[in-house]
Amino acid sequence: MKYLDEYRDEALAGKIVDEIKRIVTRPWVLMEVCGGQTHSIVKYGIDRLLPKEVELVHGPGCPVCVTSLEMIDKALAIARRPDVIFCSFGDMLRVPGSKDDLLILKSRGADVRVVYSPIDCLKIARANRHKKVVFFAIGFETTAPANAMSVWQAHQQGLKNYSVLVSHVLVPPAIASILQSPLNRVQGFLGPGHVCTVMGYREYEPIAARYKVPIVITGFEPIDILEGTLMIIRQLEAGKAEVENQYPRVVSRDGNRTAQDLVNKVFEVGDRKWRGVGSIPKSGYKLRYEMRDHDAERIFDVREIDTKEPEICISGLVLRGVKKPHDCPAFGTLCNPEHPLGATMVSAEGACAAYYAYGRHLQKPAASPDGETALAKAS
Amino acid sequence: MSPNESLISNPSDQPAADGNLLAASCPIPITDYKEIVLAHGSGGKLSHRLISQMIVPQFANELLTPMHDGAIFSLGKERLAFSTDSYVVSPIFFPGGDIGKMAVHGTVNDLAMCGARPLYLSVGFILEEGLPMDDFWRIVQSMRAAADEAGVQLVTGDTKVVDRGKADKIFINTAGIGVVPAGVDIQPRRAQAGDKIIVSGQIAVHGIAIMSVREGLEFETEIASDTAALHGLVQAILEVCSDVHVLRDPTRGGVTSVMTEIAQSANVGVLLQEAAVPISEEVKGACEILGLDPLYVANEGKLIAVVPPAAADAVLAAMRQHPLGKEAAVIGEVVSDHPGFVTMKTRVGGRRVVDMLSGEQLPRIC
Repeated sequence: MKYLDEYRDEALAGKIVDEIKRIVTRPWVLMEVCGGQTHSIVKYGIDRLLPKEVELVHGPGCPVCVTSLEMIDKALAIARRPDVIFCSFGDMLRVPGSKDDLLILKSRGADVRVVYSPIDCLKIARANRHKKVVFFAIGFETTAPANAMSVWQAHQQGLKNYSVLVSHVLVPPAIASILQSPLNRVQGFLGPGHVCTVMGYREYEPIAARYKVPIVITGFEPIDILEGTLMIIRQLEAGKAEVENQYPRVVSRDGNRTAQDLVNKVFEVGDRKWRGVGSIPKSGYKLRYEMRDHDAERIFDVREIDTKEPEICISGLVLRGVKKPHDCPAFGTLCNPEHPLGATMVSAEGACAAYYAYGRHLQKPAASPDGETALAKAS
Repeated sequence: MSPNESLISNPSDQPAADGNLLAASCPIPITDYKEIVLAHGSGGKLSHRLISQMIVPQFANELLTPMHDGAIFSLGKERLAFSTDSYVVSPIFFPGGDIGKMAVHGTVNDLAMCGARPLYLSVGFILEEGLPMDDFWRIVQSMRAAADEAGVQLVTGDTKVVDRGKADKIFINTAGIGVVPAGVDIQPRRAQAGDKIIVSGQIAVHGIAIMSVREGLEFETEIASDTAALHGLVQAILEVCSDVHVLRDPTRGGVTSVMTEIAQSANVGVLLQEAAVPISEEVKGACEILGLDPLYVANEGKLIAVVPPAAADAVLAAMRQHPLGKEAAVIGEVVSDHPGFVTMKTRVGGRRVVDMLSGEQLPRIC
């Protein structure tokens, strides 16, 4: 398939890996920020192709995972109401709140629907005037423009029965928070390709300069990830700390100005709680006051819901790259995709779930670099 | 999953179910869900668990326990295959087929996967009040055409109507009986190290065809379901190799679920080659857009054959001669490593385990 097959080419992948092996002289710890990148890495076994000097740790960039428990409880409280049609992206449905998840509510008769675009919710709202249609607006900067567009159109068209439950998060404050942590091990970042498609990469330049880390804005296909890795290793080996763009076929320095303008009309930056991490100042979007008629938290009065997270799970450390999924004693046993204890097991993009889906719970943690690890026998 | 670990029962906390499904004296086996959820019907781990924990142990017998597509037993001199399947697809009409055609093909294929020549079908209709008579007529006509084409006779049936809202337009159950030729012994547990794994054509077509209508997505090229009766193709295979070890049609749960089930029941490993798996450009594109992995998407007109290595070339050639097997390809082999698990060499040369999903494959956010 054009524009995909080229980026999944085994011979090319081999060449890039050889080049990484040739230039690397010492161990480096890199973090891929995006959940989509984590998914690709384990799906294609990319980490198994890299030389042992290069350690990839998985970042906080899975929007489903980092959505706070409290926000999910709010979603469940709203979705339970008989006057509500609750719409969501698909992988949010299985994320457990403190008790149920949206799929369970659906099985008990709640009207919960999967949409591919928030704009579809407007159609649903128009067709069901007697119901209140609520969209669970989660995600990083990538999904913000479409989510903003749905609110903007509802606002313009006076569609009063449409509202959004907003739990938007932003990448730069999360990266800064990781780098400020005394436990930090990360020396270079594969930057978030699709976030930067919207936002550009200008705002990463001060981070690279201040913390002296290379950030390479990277795509999601195997060749992208290998090339991004090579670019970071080159910088690290040369003692550089710059922002580079591996993904110019999609990303520019300024990003998509039209999308940014729309986002700014609907949202403003505010503090946000991250599942497994806690509150990070100025790390999310909330609705602007002018859009309050479309604010589900206000309409359904769920603002007082305040849920504490279970303390047993190490997902906060996994999200910050301090620990790997199989460092957790609960990984693959007590904690699995059907019964996730924490953030990183809840969505397919979460580091723990990605490890689980691609069989890492079946394997001995000390894998040989060529990936020919013997599998642990089924118990 | 070992059947033993699944049989833990919980005598104190959980009283018996209302006594309808299971004998009142039996405590309900511990399952993780207090209610049936959709994922129990997805063909993934939860389906597997529901069947192996709640159903199989209650009826355990030598025909049921192997959990093949159908039961194979002797009656006089003949060996017969017997199978059943229910159809609840929505929408009931979709590009390339409809629920009636699927109901005939599905059961014919379950019999074919036992190596049988399908003979007779039964049908049970559950109709929702309000179903347009024209729709019902179309479905009946379509079933007749499919049965004629497959050379099977529909010999008994039943019809029920339920209140509006108590079913989704129409549900169909079919059961079928076929004759297994002498010398044919096709069972999942016969897979052995060295066997080649052949798929009869491009995968994931049916699931994507259904989803493309269900989600209201419009693709530039229409993707039509591949629903087809496969017994002719099976016959072509058996003519060149009567010693086929396993045949399966990868419906719900896709290629992954079927391969995992084979690996588990034969206690062997499976190694797939991602680059060798045939997938059309349209389906690949749709999967990319929808965020789905084609290895988990349903097929209705494809089969997977596990054959001894010496016969692989002949089987492949015979399949490619048949209209339903033109794009057949060897996609992997059975290995002695990692028994019970399916692994895959990825397109870029990495390795990973391919595991069954817990439930429905949900589209990813980004």
